[in-house]
Amino acid sequence: MTRRIFIVNAALAAALTVGVASAQQVLINAGGATFPYPIYSKWFDEYHKKFSNIAINYASIGSGGGIAQVTAGTVDFGASDGPMTDAAIKEFQDKRGSAILHFPTVLGADVPTYNIPGVTASLNFTGEALAGIFLGKITKWNDPEIANANPGIKLPSTNIVVVHRSDNSGTSFIWTDYLSKVSKEWEMKVGRGTGVNWPVGLGGKGNEGVSGSIQQTANSIGYVEIAYAIQNKMVYGKVKNPAGEFIQASLASVTAAAAGMKDMPEDFRVSITNAPGKGAYPISSFTWLLIPSKIADPAKKKAIKDFLAWMLADGQKMTEALTYAQLPKAVVTKELKAIDKIQ
Amino acid sequence: MSATAPTAFEARPSGRASAFWQRLRSGDDIAYVITLTCALTILALAALLVFELYTNSTLPREKFGWSFLTGTTWDPVVGQFGALPFIYGTVVTSALALLIGIPLGVGAAIFLAELAPTKVSNGLTFLIELLAAVPSVIFGLLGIFVLVPALVALEPAIRAVLGWTPLFSGPFYGVSMFSAGVVLTVMIIPFIISISREVILAVPTEQREGALALGATKWETTWNVVLPFAKKGIMGSIFLALARSLGETMAVTMVIGNEPKIHESLFAPGYSIAAVIANNFAEASDALEKGALIELGLVLFGLTILINGLARVLVLSTTKKGAR
Amino acid sequence: MLSLRRKTVNAVMLSLTGVCTFLAVGTLLFVLGYLFFHGGTSLTLDFFTKLPTPVGEPGGGMANALLGSAKLLLLASCIGIPIGFLGGVYLAEFGGSSFSFVVRYTTDLLNGVPSIVIGIFAYTLIVLPQGHFSTLSGGLALGVMMIPIAIRSSEDFLKAVPVSMREGAMALGASKAKTIFTVVIPAAKAGLITGIMLNIARVAGETAPLIFTAFGNRYWSPGWEQPTAALPVMIYTYAISPYADWKQQAWSAGFVLLMLVLVINVSARMILSKRGHVAR
Repeated sequence: MTRRIFIVNAALAAALTVGVASAQQVLINAGGATFPYPIYSKWFDEYHKKFSNIAINYASIGSGGGIAQVTAGTVDFGASDGPMTDAAIKEFQDKRGSAILHFPTVLGADVPTYNIPGVTASLNFTGEALAGIFLGKITKWNDPEIANANPGIKLPSTNIVVVHRSDNSGTSFIWTDYLSKVSKEWEMKVGRGTGVNWPVGLGGKGNEGVSGSIQQTANSIGYVEIAYAIQNKMVYGKVKNPAGEFIQASLASVTAAAAGMKDMPEDFRVSITNAPGKGAYPISSFTWLLIPSKIADPAKKKAIKDFLAWMLADGQKMTEALTYAQLPKAVVTKELKAIDKIQ
Repeated sequence: MSATAPTAFEARPSGRASAFWQRLRSGDDIAYVITLTCALTILALAALLVFELYTNSTLPREKFGWSFLTGTTWDPVVGQFGALPFIYGTVVTSALALLIGIPLGVGAAIFLAELAPTKVSNGLTFLIELLAAVPSVIFGLLGIFVLVPALVALEPAIRAVLGWTPLFSGPFYGVSMFSAGVVLTVMIIPFIISISREVILAVPTEQREGALALGATKWETTWNVVLPFAKKGIMGSIFLALARSLGETMAVTMVIGNEPKIHESLFAPGYSIAAVIANNFAEASDALEKGALIELGLVLFGLTILINGLARVLVLSTTKKGAR
Repeated sequence: MLSLRRKTVNAVMLSLTGVCTFLAVGTLLFVLGYLFFHGGTSLTLDFFTKLPTPVGEPGGGMANALLGSAKLLLLASCIGIPIGFLGGVYLAEFGGSSFSFVVRYTTDLLNGVPSIVIGIFAYTLIVLPQGHFSTLSGGLALGVMMIPIAIRSSEDFLKAVPVSMREGAMALGASKAKTIFTVVIPAAKAGLITGIMLNIARVAGETAPLIFTAFGNRYWSPGWEQPTAALPVMIYTYAISPYADWKQQAWSAGFVLLMLVLVINVSARMILSKRGHVAR
């Protein structure tokens, strides 16, 4: 009997250890933000089809995870929905001995989604309304701040149930960044971050948890990524931008937010929430790849640089189908030049 | 296992050296050493784990000291962290899971071991053991999409029966400590049923026959004879179940509401230690927050020591009363 | 004659146990049924043979995750089961009371550590020094999780073997070791296998420890030193995505994971028993 076990185990071990090996394969490991995972997986897959010896393996471990792992050197590059802070950049410099570069890839947006029995229209929200709701100061749906922006829609006098993200995420960063810009009170009381001390509300895990909670709780409101809302055909509201328009988040309005930004800094670390310009959706953001400026392995370096160039050209054409907004042309041009910074 | 007693298999050699070799050949000492080493790995692992948790949480420990245990704020932006709401949530959800799970699990084990025909019993147990393999994530998804709406529908009934207690007061949004407790119950039941059933089956038939011969009913036999015999094993399964519920991450975080506040009512949302670590660790790029999460892991370790200690005292006190 | 009260108590309590079983089995059948309808019915051969494709592209599968999970479980079992089992033997057969108490206590503590903490533990101990993610670190993390469960369940089942059997063997002149390995363990075999199966089942579905160790891989992962895909991690990643296509695959993967554990369960029972069935 023991012999039988041994033989079976040995056979299993041998079979599983063989696996599928490929010659000359350049395997690049990357990890980071969950939000762009669908488009990244599409890109890396398409790129692998073009150059079958280059395999870029991306895992969504979260923006913070991406920053942490690229700093620890366990992945070749990272990805994050929020730009790295100065302290984080310095830490990378100290640990890895080179600078870290940010490369925007696509644009995303957060949308306010809600479940009010009897209301199927897309409501208008001002920045003050959203801040008030999430601060817990606006507690009823028929509050003047909301009602005045929606003449002609009958809002009930029920209590608003707020739903936010419980897990740290880039989506929360974008939302709180926006609220900090439109409300001094929010900025002082709560602030911006991938995770904050929410004054009110239930926490849902992931977009999944938030949308699930909203679907099952009458009179609730929360925020999810635009791709999520569109793919799941959720009702979401319009938000007022600095130009005074109530804009519905769409691929066009999100790209407009990026285009409306006047000075793109050299290192591409910028927040475009509450961006000026007509047709701009105010709760938009870039998402970045975090690439070390010095890459030791020449094969990996060439692969990454080529990929970036491809991503800025052919890659951008694939974004719309997956509900991501393209980068504006000005940003693309700047980035193409920045690729040379990778040594 | 004395070296001086003659065995049926070997003649007794003379001299100290050959006595040593004989002891070795008899295998007892080898078996002793090998199994002892394996048992020691547990202690080594635990020590290493505590060491790692301790050294990686120096920042928050120095900043907060013992007030970490009583603090109720969790604010990454300003760097203020406190563990109390998470301790509360962990204890409440696990207690609820055990409260429902133990009677349900042991009851089902009794049925499967004593009453059900063998084939049915084997088949059902096989399937129940499969439940243990369902990934936490799936339980979490089933939790949000099936359990929570079901509980929302059942809420009026529950409130009618139990609404007079503060435990079931206040608004109910579906995601709550109650939902988390129920999900945990479903997750720990396979362990309790499977192991309890095996241990009950292992009770020698003579014991049962003896009681029945004295005129006891089937239930009396089970309760007064079989269960006490099987008690240690059943307790073992409960400890396993308790451990699972204290450390369960994914499923809990999807249905507990994730609000780091202490509420009296089970209908209110809450937060558990494992859930907050899982939610925030990957994204925590700030060293203080990471350290605070690791300190929470240390706190859970301490909590487990306490709860296990209390449970053992409970077991010891009930065992002293009964025979065995 | 049996009093009415005793008869009633008997009937009521035994029916209650039936109710408990009904509830437990009912929940289980519901979970399995749900998984089957959501995941099993849309299962195609592609799932088992193809690599993952980006969302919306048909024909994707999780072949690499299946292999990855199998490798991880194999490594974890090779570490966790022997150490845990032999530790359980020590506690049941040799242990003095205070040392055993400490070991048992510590085992229960380790069982209660959240899986994510074990993952972070393995990350600090293996991934950081090595500088990369790997199947090895994932298997080790899972193995560490298996040890305390194995100790606890082995000890329980070994202890359940009646003292009379041990005494009988020793009266025949067998040494302690021989008694253990030729009498006690075979007598406890059914329970021991149950314990091992529960252990593998539990660990097969763990996600959190793998996120920081095995990491994940969209491609094949040869050998043991590269990151690898695993079914639970794929389920998690796909289930929280917004795309119906991926969510569907998540349910399918959940169903397949269950079937994988079932296959391990059945084959283990067949291999480890004489004459092809576990005597009961």
